[in-house]
Amino acid sequence: MRNAFAQAVIELSDVYPELVMLAGDIGNRLFDGLKEKYPNRFLNCGVAEANMTGVAAGLAASGMRPITYTITPFNTVRCLEQIRLDVCYPNLPVIIVGTGAGLSYAGLGATHHSMEDIALLRTLPNMHVVCPADPVEVKLAVADALRLSAPTYIRLGKKGEPNIHEIEPHFEIGKGIPIREGNDIALISVGNMLAEAVATADKLQMNGISAQVISLHTVKPLDQILLSSVFANKKLIVVLEEHALIGGASSAILEWGCDEGLDLSKLMRFGGPDRFLFACGGQKQARKIIGLTAENIAQKILVRMS
Amino acid sequence: MNNSNQLASEFRARVIEMSYQAKAAHLASALSCVDIVAVLYNSVIRVDPKNPGWSERDRFILSKGHAATALYAALEFKKFINELDILSYGQEGSLLEEHPSPKLAGVEAATGSLGHGLPIGCGIALAGQIKNQTYRTFVLMSDGECNEGSVWEACLFGAANKLENLCVFVDFNKWQATGRSKDVLALEPLAEKFRSFGWIVHEIDGHDHSQLLHAIHAPYIGKSKPTMIVAHTVKGKGISFMEDDNNWHYRIPTLEEVGLAKKELGLS
Repeated sequence: MRNAFAQAVIELSDVYPELVMLAGDIGNRLFDGLKEKYPNRFLNCGVAEANMTGVAAGLAASGMRPITYTITPFNTVRCLEQIRLDVCYPNLPVIIVGTGAGLSYAGLGATHHSMEDIALLRTLPNMHVVCPADPVEVKLAVADALRLSAPTYIRLGKKGEPNIHEIEPHFEIGKGIPIREGNDIALISVGNMLAEAVATADKLQMNGISAQVISLHTVKPLDQILLSSVFANKKLIVVLEEHALIGGASSAILEWGCDEGLDLSKLMRFGGPDRFLFACGGQKQARKIIGLTAENIAQKILVRMS
Repeated sequence: MNNSNQLASEFRARVIEMSYQAKAAHLASALSCVDIVAVLYNSVIRVDPKNPGWSERDRFILSKGHAATALYAALEFKKFINELDILSYGQEGSLLEEHPSPKLAGVEAATGSLGHGLPIGCGIALAGQIKNQTYRTFVLMSDGECNEGSVWEACLFGAANKLENLCVFVDFNKWQATGRSKDVLALEPLAEKFRSFGWIVHEIDGHDHSQLLHAIHAPYIGKSKPTMIVAHTVKGKGISFMEDDNNWHYRIPTLEEVGLAKKELGLS
């Protein structure tokens, strides 16, 4: 995902002459293409995320289109107040990009895990929260965030994720993307859980359950039209996210569904527990520990449906 | 208005009246930086109240947002707001809050949480540098504010990026909310710290308008360094019974004290 992100930034720097890339002392070689073309539009801001976010706000207030980029918890939790006051309150077009979200960097320890970022950022007024599913969606998300011209948080995985989309889908922030049709239940995947969601649907199919798969790449604002349709037409709605169950996408759907008076007993949630994870190995092992695997999800759904 | 000292006295009267009317704190903090604000708005900063978003305007960020009344007095002087707006300070429906809101024309950033103004100022100055614009960016901080780590992050950034159009003041009144700023954290030697961070540093009497002007206009173009003006000030400056008395960080003047203060200012 991060290579797709860098490629998108380099390409879009021609379209948006005001685009300025701010990095927190990571991704140095990743942006060589931008540095060659526009040397004054890439800034290594050092390991100083609060300042980087304030600088981005000042740039945006002066007509530039800044993107801040570093490892997810450092670009979100570390500088949350700058995001809140400097970016969101004046509603400035700053794009905040966290790489290694969720458990992408599971092996690096809890310092580098990011299981709370969606919860924190979606509470901020004016903020958009976007979780692309694969490299294809990453590229489209960056382009659409620039079009949107508002505070936007883009949550990336790491590098090397496979493309799920075979062709570029229509992508609009706030509009989920149906990946596969299905009649019985809906699997709503947030961000990099999409491959697991597709694998889950395959397993359910073998057990006679037809599952729709949706990439809900935007947690804020929620795609209310799509969600209303899913609640109206499906027996079960299952949300998958590599994020804590507290405050994440499924929480957002619960809040919305409660306000809409929907039958929330139809909702089933898979995400992270209310505890720090440690000694969990890599991302694959960490997901297994907390049950974020197609095997576990499919089995729990089958029990629920029986 | 050529006499910025007279203007500063009028600003002082304004901030005292506003504190009294709204029963709002931080009066002494506003009084200590009034001279800096008056000099900037009287004879330095180029702004247009009819076009607050003018891209070539000079920018001023009151990073010590708790001194908002000093900024409001300046915005009234520049006709961004009028006397009725001033009277609405702190009331429901008024954009004149106890800390500046960017919703109010003439306010460049939401300040009040300390340590935000300088990074934002760096970004504004950087934008001017990228776009070859000639505006200057001014940021006014408090000494207590220099407790914040983001101030020092921004000092590193400003020097690294040679933001010579950035001019920053520290209203060095030697107090913060609960004690002497040199005692709360090891602030001194402050000017030396900024020098070691690679800034042009001027250390002046922050109530002396000619010293302020001299420091503001001291050569900066082509120096490849941002400017820091460490302005030695007195908290509560201008009112004898408030000067250097930290009770006035939070105290609200009585009507009688407002009268006494204005008398001292020659404005009764």
